[in-house]
Amino acid sequence: MSGTVPKKRLKDLSFWQKIYVPEIIKGLSQTLKQMFQPSFTMEYPEVKFDPPASYRGRPVLVQEENGIERCVACGLCSRVCPALAIEVQAGETEREKERYPEKFEINMLRCIFCGLCEEVCPEEAIVMSKDYEIVFTNRADALYGKDKLLTPIAKLQDRINFLRQYKG
Amino acid sequence: MPKFTLNGKEVQFTEGQTIIQAAANAGVDIPHFCWHPSLSVSGNCRVCMVEVERIPKLVIACSTIAAEGMVVNTRSEKTLAARNAVMEFLLINHPLDCPICDEAGECKLQDYAYKYSAGESRFTEEKNNKKKRVALGPAVMFDGERCISCSRCIRFCDEIAGKNQLTLVKRGDRVTITTFPGKELDNPYSLNVTDICPVGALTNRDFRFNSRVWDMSSTKTICSGCSRGCNTDVWVRSNEILRITPRSNPDVNNFWMCDEGRLKTFRNVNAEDRVSGPQVRREGKLQKVTWDEAYSAAGELKSYTKEDIAFIGSPEATVEDNYLLVKFAKSVFGIKHLSMLDHSVTGSGDEILIREDKSPNAVGAKMAGIASENDELDFAGILNGIKNGKIRALYILEDSKLSEYPQLIELLSKLDFLVVHAVNYSPLTKYANIVFPAASYTEKNGVWVNFQGRAQRIRPAITTHETDRSIDGMSMSRLDKFGTKFDSWGNVNKVEARPSWKIIAGLMTIFGHKQKFSMAEEVFREMSDIIPAFKGENYDKIGESGAFIAGKPTAI
Ligand code: SF4
Ligand code: SF4
Ligand code: SF4
Ligand code: SF4
Repeated sequence: MSGTVPKKRLKDLSFWQKIYVPEIIKGLSQTLKQMFQPSFTMEYPEVKFDPPASYRGRPVLVQEENGIERCVACGLCSRVCPALAIEVQAGETEREKERYPEKFEINMLRCIFCGLCEEVCPEEAIVMSKDYEIVFTNRADALYGKDKLLTPIAKLQDRINFLRQYKG
Repeated sequence: MPKFTLNGKEVQFTEGQTIIQAAANAGVDIPHFCWHPSLSVSGNCRVCMVEVERIPKLVIACSTIAAEGMVVNTRSEKTLAARNAVMEFLLINHPLDCPICDEAGECKLQDYAYKYSAGESRFTEEKNNKKKRVALGPAVMFDGERCISCSRCIRFCDEIAGKNQLTLVKRGDRVTITTFPGKELDNPYSLNVTDICPVGALTNRDFRFNSRVWDMSSTKTICSGCSRGCNTDVWVRSNEILRITPRSNPDVNNFWMCDEGRLKTFRNVNAEDRVSGPQVRREGKLQKVTWDEAYSAAGELKSYTKEDIAFIGSPEATVEDNYLLVKFAKSVFGIKHLSMLDHSVTGSGDEILIREDKSPNAVGAKMAGIASENDELDFAGILNGIKNGKIRALYILEDSKLSEYPQLIELLSKLDFLVVHAVNYSPLTKYANIVFPAASYTEKNGVWVNFQGRAQRIRPAITTHETDRSIDGMSMSRLDKFGTKFDSWGNVNKVEARPSWKIIAGLMTIFGHKQKFSMAEEVFREMSDIIPAFKGENYDKIGESGAFIAGKPTAI
């Protein structure tokens, strides 16, 4: 066993630093200076953040103007999702596209906001919204069904334009 | 044996084999759409073209007979270019349907497009439109745009099902498949065309859109529909059976299975009326109890003797289940009355696969000791015995046909004591004093013996309260591997049931005949020691394709 080696400071303090008072005055004057600078803080929740188009909030389903979802329930988003957050059950519809999601569920406890579902979707049917206020108090409520996911296309136009410009 | 050179290597072949067959035997897979090992050669898809030395043009491997000294190259530049050209042609009018196409994930065209195609299309014109969603028959849906006109489906109907029902019409890029006027694709084997169609043109109407193939697990097992015992794969998602497909076994069913077996044999497993948890009748009502309570309630059987108790085995249960029933009856009661119901329906069989005997294991149940010569009463005799009051107690293994058998049902009220193993609620459970929940054939391991005398293994595809996919080595999908009980797909329905051999083993303890089995395999091991027909057999030997067992019975 070796004896205890006395601990060495990385840098020994000078005399002025050791008596603290000048350092405290320095700090306080910095604070005072900042008080008169413009502020960047938002008073959330009274003031809400309006994210830019590149922001990845919770994924939602695009609802066309006629009220029908774009999704064809191909399950690719579900397959690509690294967190296994998405569950899709396809059903048959009389419409030309043949398939629609009978059930579409995103488990918001699993979602990691990576945006891969949006990237893989062949129909531009699932996009990352600007919604970051994701609140629930139990596991069951974290399962977002079609009722919570379907979002009118008008509200998503910003993101869709962004994707068309930068995706692929 | 003659030899030829394949990709620079000498390989042997059998006289008369085509290049594609000879190559397959040598482990080289030559791409093909229209060729199928069990159908006649059509040679229309052209994707199997290979280069043969000293033949100026490429030849199609599916119809060119291999010859001594031939030098074949399946990877030459010319071959690859031809393959790419064929792929480009096939894809000219092919829709970009993969995301909504059921075939995706098990589609030859998709696979080959990745493997053999340059991935670029030079076709800028508009793709042609054909009819989608055409019901060709009660079970099969056709999508004209996806069809590549390989004619496999036509040849299947003609050559295997023996029914001329499909044909090609029109020419060029308008060519399509249709049924003959006034006819439907309704032969008893129609759904096999959905398996052999290399693309998603023919789909199973029952399974359509139910699940993507990559979300399911598949388990190698046996069809329960008749005594043929077709080899099958059972496809499961979230512990629910979604489809059954044939698994190839040249000695039993080749590549095929019948529609009845494919569509009907899993309904009762998924059904709402599954018996879950043991139940005992108290004050006229069935009440859920623990296993131990049910066993001790069944101890009342002690007050009956071999004269007034009868046992009914089951050609639907495994040999292990039946064997333990026989063992129980023999060791505790010294049996007299032990039989089972014959499931044969006269005139319902055919020359292809379907058998008259609608049970999968009549031969095996007999081998295990059900209805042997030593028994005093046969099935009719047991019914008679109940009628004239001689038989007062009855012990029944799970048998779906028995619960639809009016001659028995009407006698049940005469019994003093009835113990039933049941998969689903039925008229039998209505009269039962004790109901043991039996695991269905998709929830347990075991052996069935088909009409040829071939022992084949069934395997669990879905879990019960007592089994676990990973611990019990069952097949698992991606969702099974990573799901938790908090995911809606992981929080699955499970019944509380046990295989019949396990139920009986538990019961025998009450009668002072403790059994040491913890797996079906161990029951089988004991059988192979005792029963001459099973001598020398074990689960590994039976394996995936079954084994003819000694003392092969004649066809029934
Ligand atoms: S990838 Fe798009 S179209 Fe496919 S299921 Fe997901 S949201 Fe629907
Ligand atoms: S048939 Fe195959 S290639 Fe064609 S759409 Fe279906 S999956 Fe895709
Ligand atoms: S429907 Fe399928 S099997 Fe029949 S010709 Fe078309 S591609 Fe071939
Ligand atoms: S022939 Fe018999 S064993 Fe084969 S699939 Fe049909 S019912 Fe099942």
